Amino acid sequence: MDRFLEYSGVRKSFGSKVVLDGVDLVVKKGETLVILGGSGTGKSVLLKLTIGLMHADGGRIEVEGQEVTDATEARWMEVRKKVSYMFQWGALFDSMSVYDNVAFPLRERRLCDEDEAEARVMEKLDLVGLATARNLFPSDLSGGMRKRVSLARSIVTEPLCILYDEPTSGLDPVTSDTINRLIRRMQSVLGVTSVVVTHDIQSMFRVADRAAFLYQGRMAFVGTPAEAREAEHPVLRGFIEGRNPDEPES
Amino acid sequence: MNWRPKRLIEGFEYLGGITLLAKDTAQAVFAGRWDWADIVYQLDLLGVQSFVIVLITAVFIGMVLALQTAYALEAFGAKLYVGAVVSLSVVRELAPVLISLMVGGRVGAGITAEIGSMKVTEQIDALRALGSNPIRKLILPRLVAFVCALPALVMLANLLGIFGGYVISSLSLGISGRFYTTQVFKLLKFADIFSGLGKTVFFAIFITLIGCYNGMNCEGGADGVGRATTNTVVISSIVILISDFFLTKLFLAL
Repeated sequence: MDRFLEYSGVRKSFGSKVVLDGVDLVVKKGETLVILGGSGTGKSVLLKLTIGLMHADGGRIEVEGQEVTDATEARWMEVRKKVSYMFQWGALFDSMSVYDNVAFPLRERRLCDEDEAEARVMEKLDLVGLATARNLFPSDLSGGMRKRVSLARSIVTEPLCILYDEPTSGLDPVTSDTINRLIRRMQSVLGVTSVVVTHDIQSMFRVADRAAFLYQGRMAFVGTPAEAREAEHPVLRGFIEGRNPDEPES
Repeated sequence: MNWRPKRLIEGFEYLGGITLLAKDTAQAVFAGRWDWADIVYQLDLLGVQSFVIVLITAVFIGMVLALQTAYALEAFGAKLYVGAVVSLSVVRELAPVLISLMVGGRVGAGITAEIGSMKVTEQIDALRALGSNPIRKLILPRLVAFVCALPALVMLANLLGIFGGYVISSLSLGISGRFYTTQVFKLLKFADIFSGLGKTVFFAIFITLIGCYNGMNCEGGADGVGRATTNTVVISSIVILISDFFLTKLFLAL
């Protein structure tokens, strides 16, 4: 299987705080890779480095075999046509309706005329089950609906890869399940490569082809979900079992 | 005394950041692709909706100035020349600076609050991720609109300020309206109006860039947006007052 994304020794610090300390990871074309890790371990930072929303201090990032680590903004624009990003809280534009939010990347990149844009927007809104919400504004939507609109906006340009930043955080289990099904559907219907950052273990088991565990700035584990369940890394075990490995059982 | 070098470095970083933003904005201005619908929307928001502030500020500046000038000139027996002094003071200095301070506070704070909220809710990152350029999308329409709106508002303030002086001269100082108007037209030259309006183009650029920069660089949540908004009002006011001196020197030399 070909590689879509490759990270080699990627480093990123904020002031004196080292967040990523030599991350090595490969994401294969067409797979769904889930990156697990605690809050503040740098999972979202890694995603943002992938499309140039932040810049790495060192190491190498490749997209489809092309190095982009120190790319210019114009080069990042090309990367962002292929790699889409679904933000943790949706990041919908408050001043625009659901329809205009989803149509935004089509209009901004002038990918098609308004008739075709409408067809594509409605198709994607239908896919996420929100075709009837086209005239609503973000302030009218629940957290789950916002994430679904954000997902529709991420896929409307039909990217090759989608980066999901905590797609199920803050959602009830039923809505989380809807989002997880949509992630699987993106893979089966559109054949996209997906990288999902989460600390939701149930979500990982539902959507992952492979899982990686980010700990102390590095990938402490990379393998299948079944291998993750059997992993001996104490913090990953604690993560999967939902307990703190530093505290004894009472 | 560790804070001194740290504050100094932060100050230079801020200056550097604004300079880079000005450079990127200038590139966006000359690159074309202006969103005219957004510019018209911003013209209404930043310009038309500032009308009431301008009206109140300018009329009362003119009225107070007429009273104060008459008081001072009376000692020399020159009370009749209130119109000349009021018009020159309003057009050359008071309307450009006070209107820029008043409208600048409103506009700068609004820009920082809006862009700051977008920053902390990742909407600016979303713009970039979706193939847009935040400078072209957010800063350019505000800059173009405010550079057009502020001189227009100050021109309006010039007329309103002179009118305020006219009202007080006629009603309270016993100077005939005809004499007041003659004095205004006799003394006021195009260069005076040009000098006042010319300064406001620079003020509009400073206010917009400071407002946008503080919004795009604010950190945290509502607290960060609040702090950035306050900073915008304080910094843009100081910049207007300091740059006014140098711009006045520049326009006097022209």
